[in-house]
Amino acid sequence: MASDVQVLESAVVRFAGDSGDGMQLTGSQFTSSTALSGSDLATFPDFPAEIRAPVGTTFGVSAFQINFGAKSIKTVGDQPDVLVAMNPAALKTNLGNLRSGGLLVVDSGAFTKRNLQKAGYESSPLGTPMMENYQVIDLDISKMTLESVKEHGLGNKEALRCKNMWTLGMMLWMFSRKREPIADWLNAKFAKKPEIAASNIAALNAGHAFGETAELSATFKRYQIGATHTDKGLYRTVTGAQALSWGLAQGAELADLQIVLGSYPITPASPVLHLLAGMKELGIVTFQAEDEIAAICAAIGASFAGSLGITSSSGPGIALKMEAMGLAISTELPLVIVNAQRGGPSTGLPTKTEQSDLYQAIYGRNGDAPVPVISSRSPGDCFEVAIEACRLAVKYMTPVMLLTDGFTQNAAEPWKLPDLEALEPFPAVQMETPAEGEDFSPFKRDTETLARNWPVPGTKGTEHRIGGIEKDFDTGHISYDADNHQKMTDTRLAKIAGIARDIPEQDIAQGSAADKVAVVGWGSTFGPISEAVKVARADGLDVSHIHIRYLNPFPANLGDLLSGYDSIIVPEMNAGQLKTVLRDRYLIDAKPLNKVSGLPFKIQEVLDAIHAETSVGSK
Amino acid sequence: MNEISTLKEDNVAAKLTIKDFTSDQEVRWCPGCGDYAILKCMQRTLPELGATRENTVFVSGIGCSSRFPYYMDTYGFHTIHGRAPAIATGVKLANPELDVWMITGDGDGLSIGGNHMLHVLRRDVDINILLFNNKIYGLTKGQFSPTSDVGTKSPSTPQGSIDPSLNPISFALGAGARFAARTVDTAQKHMPGVFTRAHGFKGASFVEILQNCIVYADETWGPVTQKKTAADLQLLLENGERMIFGAERNRGIVFNLEKFALEAVTIGEGGITEDDILVHNEQNLGIARMLAELGGAPGEPMAMGVLYADQAEQSYAEAVTAQVEAQKGKRSLKDLIYAGQTWEVK
Repeated sequence: MASDVQVLESAVVRFAGDSGDGMQLTGSQFTSSTALSGSDLATFPDFPAEIRAPVGTTFGVSAFQINFGAKSIKTVGDQPDVLVAMNPAALKTNLGNLRSGGLLVVDSGAFTKRNLQKAGYESSPLGTPMMENYQVIDLDISKMTLESVKEHGLGNKEALRCKNMWTLGMMLWMFSRKREPIADWLNAKFAKKPEIAASNIAALNAGHAFGETAELSATFKRYQIGATHTDKGLYRTVTGAQALSWGLAQGAELADLQIVLGSYPITPASPVLHLLAGMKELGIVTFQAEDEIAAICAAIGASFAGSLGITSSSGPGIALKMEAMGLAISTELPLVIVNAQRGGPSTGLPTKTEQSDLYQAIYGRNGDAPVPVISSRSPGDCFEVAIEACRLAVKYMTPVMLLTDGFTQNAAEPWKLPDLEALEPFPAVQMETPAEGEDFSPFKRDTETLARNWPVPGTKGTEHRIGGIEKDFDTGHISYDADNHQKMTDTRLAKIAGIARDIPEQDIAQGSAADKVAVVGWGSTFGPISEAVKVARADGLDVSHIHIRYLNPFPANLGDLLSGYDSIIVPEMNAGQLKTVLRDRYLIDAKPLNKVSGLPFKIQEVLDAIHAETSVGSK
Repeated sequence: MNEISTLKEDNVAAKLTIKDFTSDQEVRWCPGCGDYAILKCMQRTLPELGATRENTVFVSGIGCSSRFPYYMDTYGFHTIHGRAPAIATGVKLANPELDVWMITGDGDGLSIGGNHMLHVLRRDVDINILLFNNKIYGLTKGQFSPTSDVGTKSPSTPQGSIDPSLNPISFALGAGARFAARTVDTAQKHMPGVFTRAHGFKGASFVEILQNCIVYADETWGPVTQKKTAADLQLLLENGERMIFGAERNRGIVFNLEKFALEAVTIGEGGITEDDILVHNEQNLGIARMLAELGGAPGEPMAMGVLYADQAEQSYAEAVTAQVEAQKGKRSLKDLIYAGQTWEVK
């Protein structure tokens, strides 16, 4: 008989194992099942840069963390409540973070002498005093997996591969999640290898059955986590890369333009290239270029010829694109540049998250070369932000930098499906053949937006030449005139600054302008800041959370809003970039809270900073 | 009859002239620069090709030659150093109907832009690439370039350059170009034919133009392009014709099996008859590679005209478009987003 079911508000589960153990797959399938149960959730795939790191090593450990609950979930959780460790290395690298008293599930079958050595253990830590702090369930999962798939006739190596499904089965039982969607998925994935599908399903069922029937200690409880989402509607889980790609497609549709994406493979931006390459149904053209520079240049060429050019990359690739971005700024062509930030500088930490490209986005490039910069706060938010990037690019004839990061790209969350029909179109205006006697200049501007005309090849009467050399304000011809360069520089700056009139005023995510402390963030720190501020406010502290989507230009009211607070804390996964920009723009004493470890903030870290600031304030 | 004559009149009225392709911008190359002749030839040839101003796009990189688009009254994009192949590819991907010409030089196209040149040729993007080769960096005031002869003294190589020089056509063929041709800036009778062939070729057409920089590398092509000696040092290729050259038309190219190389011979000497001379076959890649290198030894002519032309079934942009068209409309964005596992909150 199943044990008593204990109802929890939320739980954090972390699956950790060797890179070859299939932890990402286990985590994502657990996520699907959880989402289908209606719980809110946030996930954090945390994997090494090596594709197949040496087996059993600590640097080859791959982990997937999910926080899910019957309440609103905004972070992946500071500390796991449950840790699944498939080998000694996974235990070694992850145990330190497990909540005291938390549940630890280990595959004792993988705790061989050799694996222990590789992980740096002299002897097995199982059963030693260091385990006393946790509820430990050590099972020979390897052996039970082999047993469960025996009848399907796989070789030992292939049979052992099913142990992630065995483990998943047990975890599904533990959290009262359904197995059916996963069985469906396995059948579809291995349609051509029915014996593999059958083995995996057998392992999944065996793990589940084990949970149901095993006579374990009282610690081996079954949990129930309820459904959340008060907002009615149809939901699905979405990763940042998916929402972003769909948002770009939707943005182009609203602009009535064809997308030409130029991209070059780079972690963690590649999924955008993959997804858009799989969306030819929508008329999207994708071009995997020979390098980062060619990728953006092809996108610029496409925009010149009347399409919506888009390029996607990550920090190092963005650095390579800077000169071409200057060309698009100078020739005033629409372009969307997606930057999925990662740990830097240089190659840095390709698979780890960071938000350290804000300087690069705002201040990069030679010359005075302003671009709008916007950012997404969560996976689902990428959809809306991508549409907005397209709108600004087309309306203002400018490149737009969209900042997301490795965390947002890969993480998943439940997403209420948008009503696509309700979105406001913003059709691009491309010039038609001028009437007889009508003056034509490619640089004639809209008096309000300062955007130039968009004449495109193939149209009679609007033939023109443009380039990176300074252009005459009126005619668009080459001009080396001193006063003209001043005027053009001023105009380019004014055009971008003017976007502040066309974007929403900065809102306060939590709290009010009457509070004393503002925690100001941008991008994927939204979750931890939001949770920390919620806790602080519940403790009676006068703290607001302000989260900035538009980083350049800032919303028109931001300066006034911030100057109303006694103090401002800026948590960032960099060494203090937004802090600098805020100080620069508003001459305010923005205080940095920085974390550059390649991992997202913990709620506690932000909360500690709030406490430190409020106790200073109360003196 | 009447109808036909009307058509003719229409054609005459519609036919564009050199003036239609000349922009109002003042040309700013040095007096005597070889680029003038190439520009005039282009402005003169486009009307003959039936080109229209609105469907013609000139894309260039950076350098003296890359100013070219400003002087053509068509669409033009003067881009950044070395990147014209990538930008031209984007133009073609956005609108495969456009007639795209790319103008580059030996520094722009083979040094900073070498990688892009390699890939635009490999992909066979349907554009016409004109590489003005003057063996020097002109706009930056005379440094040696990747095509400079070893020993070239320049501001950056006061003791003479050490880098071996690159043969543009060999590079192009090595990259997988399916069309490679060569002409000379002053060859006003030869150049239009080469432009016409390049324009008619579906795929990436690579044309090297031997061009004279009067300021930093005057007479760099030496006797090959000089009036008196040109006939003896240029092999004017014609598909299906024997490779005969020389002021007296008594010299020719044979294949020397022993050396496994092409050799310049004199008809009537050493038992050589006209029948021994090779017949040019544009589709023969092996011979084209040897023709590209011809001219290295004293007395050997440089091959001019179309060295290689072997059109593929489908050019790059056509293939890309075909893939998109095959899928287009099969699913909407809503289908994509609403697919997969969903659940409803009531």
